[in-house]
Amino acid sequence: MSILSPSDKVWWHEPIEKTELIWISIVFVWGVFMTFMMPYWHVVGDQNLPNETYRVTPEQYMAKAQSVVDQFTVGEFGPQKIPVVHPPAGSDVYLVARLWSWWPVLELEKGQSYRVHLSSLDWQHGFSLQPANINIQVVPDYEYVVTLTPDEAGEYSIVCNEYCGIGHHLMLGKLLVVDK
Amino acid sequence: MSPQDVPPQNEEIPFMQRLLDNPFILLFLGVASPAVLYLIWGIMEIVSIPLGK
Amino acid sequence: MNTNLFRVCPETGFQVHKPGERLMKANAVAAVVFLLIGGIYGLGVGLTRWPAVHLLPADQFYLVLTAHGLNVLIFWIIFFEIALIYFCSAVLLNCRLATPKLGWVAFGLMLVGALLNNYIVLQGNSSVMMTSYTPMGADPLFYLSLILFAVGALIGCFIFFGTLVIAKAEKTYEGSIPLVTFGAMVAAIIAVFTIVSGAIILIPTFLWSVGLVAHIDPLMYRMIWWAFGHSSQQINVSAHIAIWYAVAALVFGAKPLSEKVSRTAFLMYILFLQLASVHHLLVDPGVSSEFKMFNTSYAMYLAVMASMVHGLTVPGAIEAAQRARGFNKGLFEWLTKAPWGNPVFSGMFISLVGFGFLGGITGVVMGAEQINILIHNTLYVPGHFHATVVLGTTMAFMAMTYWLVPVLFRRELVMKGLAKFQPYIFGLGMTGVSLFLMGAGTLGVPRRHWDIGFAGTGMTHDFPAAAYTMLALNGMSVVLAVIGGASFCIIIVASLLFGRKLGEEKSSPALAANMVTDKEYKGIGLGGLTVPGTLCLTLIFFAAFAAYYFINWKYLSQTWGIS
Repeated sequence: MSILSPSDKVWWHEPIEKTELIWISIVFVWGVFMTFMMPYWHVVGDQNLPNETYRVTPEQYMAKAQSVVDQFTVGEFGPQKIPVVHPPAGSDVYLVARLWSWWPVLELEKGQSYRVHLSSLDWQHGFSLQPANINIQVVPDYEYVVTLTPDEAGEYSIVCNEYCGIGHHLMLGKLLVVDK
Repeated sequence: MSPQDVPPQNEEIPFMQRLLDNPFILLFLGVASPAVLYLIWGIMEIVSIPLGK
Repeated sequence: MNTNLFRVCPETGFQVHKPGERLMKANAVAAVVFLLIGGIYGLGVGLTRWPAVHLLPADQFYLVLTAHGLNVLIFWIIFFEIALIYFCSAVLLNCRLATPKLGWVAFGLMLVGALLNNYIVLQGNSSVMMTSYTPMGADPLFYLSLILFAVGALIGCFIFFGTLVIAKAEKTYEGSIPLVTFGAMVAAIIAVFTIVSGAIILIPTFLWSVGLVAHIDPLMYRMIWWAFGHSSQQINVSAHIAIWYAVAALVFGAKPLSEKVSRTAFLMYILFLQLASVHHLLVDPGVSSEFKMFNTSYAMYLAVMASMVHGLTVPGAIEAAQRARGFNKGLFEWLTKAPWGNPVFSGMFISLVGFGFLGGITGVVMGAEQINILIHNTLYVPGHFHATVVLGTTMAFMAMTYWLVPVLFRRELVMKGLAKFQPYIFGLGMTGVSLFLMGAGTLGVPRRHWDIGFAGTGMTHDFPAAAYTMLALNGMSVVLAVIGGASFCIIIVASLLFGRKLGEEKSSPALAANMVTDKEYKGIGLGGLTVPGTLCLTLIFFAAFAAYYFINWKYLSQTWGIS
């Protein structure tokens, strides 16, 4: 009985019940398969987060983002007049997370790839692109470089999904995808 | 189980059973394993992140 | 052995160390009190998320959400776990509890920590969520209260290990410790790693909050904090599985199918379960895919394998015992003839099924490195852990409490009719909470978010109408779960205060079943298998697991290219 000591002094040699052996074999093979699935997806799948990350200060990061905004702004978005930036396909684009906004509004072309840099100027934030449902942690002092390839044109929202204080639910940004 | 399969009760206790009967070796393993595989490996990764350009 | 310090339990025949028993009672009572407090906060969270109700203003919502997490996830569960590991060492080994005086120091530290934490969170300047990610800061007392609580819990763990040493030295048991005590030991081992990790990160953070340390690296904080935050949930897993084995023994007189298999499965927990801390870092910058894949798979899913083995051996032991007692017909007579009106059993079984099907499958699927991109920080995450920690752990702890009240407090349960239904009410409510939160999360709804309508942002984002329906259904499920949780607290508190005193009388029906004998086990089963019904159930589980796993890879393949 499991609340009492095993009745046999040496229990290690007890035979294993057949049902247990069947089940252990199944779950072991399944575990090996699931282990294999992740590196396999790195080879054949199109959705893999990269390792490319740099240490950065908020000032350095903001300066780089500002320079891209200065070069490629094509308009303004919404009542806050957030710059809309249309960078060349394949280029480095910067998204700034801060209390409580995403800046600027990126305008990307469908089917093109962009090196999107993510960092925060203050607290931790969560990049949640909706409705594509891509969720990436945004950490201050670190610059994460993720290559994104939009597959459909439209107006996407960037929701903050890391709690960042009292204005967390006000932190909404936009990302536009246009046809080439 | 036929009678001859029953291990005699004075038999030497197998290594794995002795391991599982020793709380302090298990405590050591339970702290060392995640400390090395998760904490130390993870901290090394963060420390080795390069400076941005 | 000083006989004045011991009583013989009329229900189980165990020698109960009275000073140790007083500590178990104190910790268990404190646990239920914090469950009650945390549950009330939970009602506030659920009713605010319900769009038509939207009960609390934003600042109060974030305050209440912080308090809810800490009270139920930390205080209720750890107080109960301390009571449980004292019980599994001192009572099950017929031994005195090591250093009861130090036990009271531990209890005092935990109680002061928990009360101080509630006080400081209610002040309103520490609404930082349980995770308190830097550089967002809380009041210094917030960190200090958690450190006090953790030090108390760590002392409790060493009292447990000390008791094991005493029991061995005084030869109060023969051979190996019981499987249930072994499971409790695994919980205590994981607790030591958990608390040490917590100290490594919370002490510097406390010093940072008072200005003695200049900077806490936010990525390092996440890495080390989760060795504490996630591992603390692995304590729960080990503890509630120990309870599953205990209930199988107490209600059915079952013995484990194989000591070797069950203990080896627990060894996999000791070695690998805590690696799952990386589940929270799968979409973080600066952490390599190699590190993520190795740790998120608990080194080749060996700890997942262990959970699935327990998922077979616990119901398997029950099936074998039931068949041995005459319910040997067909595949499922053992299950249909189980005591479904006994909350000790029904609570345990709901915990087993809920933890496996809802908590386990979703946890492993979203723990696949790439699939995590779809769900990180969405409501799916709280959906998942309400299945593991509430439906799994809390439900099992409730079931065990129904058994402990007559045994430790020697009081008969009151409101037995309500107690019969309580696990079902709570289980159904919490199943709803879990499913609807996961549903909303699948649709992209963020966690810890006061208003997914984004009023006042000058922009709009429309989540699908189904997301709002999910949140409303979640709110209703929360109400049901709170009714179930409140019923539990009322039954327990009323039993402790007004339950008939049992004295030396043995409860009827018996609280501890006679052990099934080897003779009774002879000739049970179907088609050469001893526990065919359980195998059948586990195969259904496996089919659900595999299907859900592949569906999520399919979802993932349909989103943008990410590289």
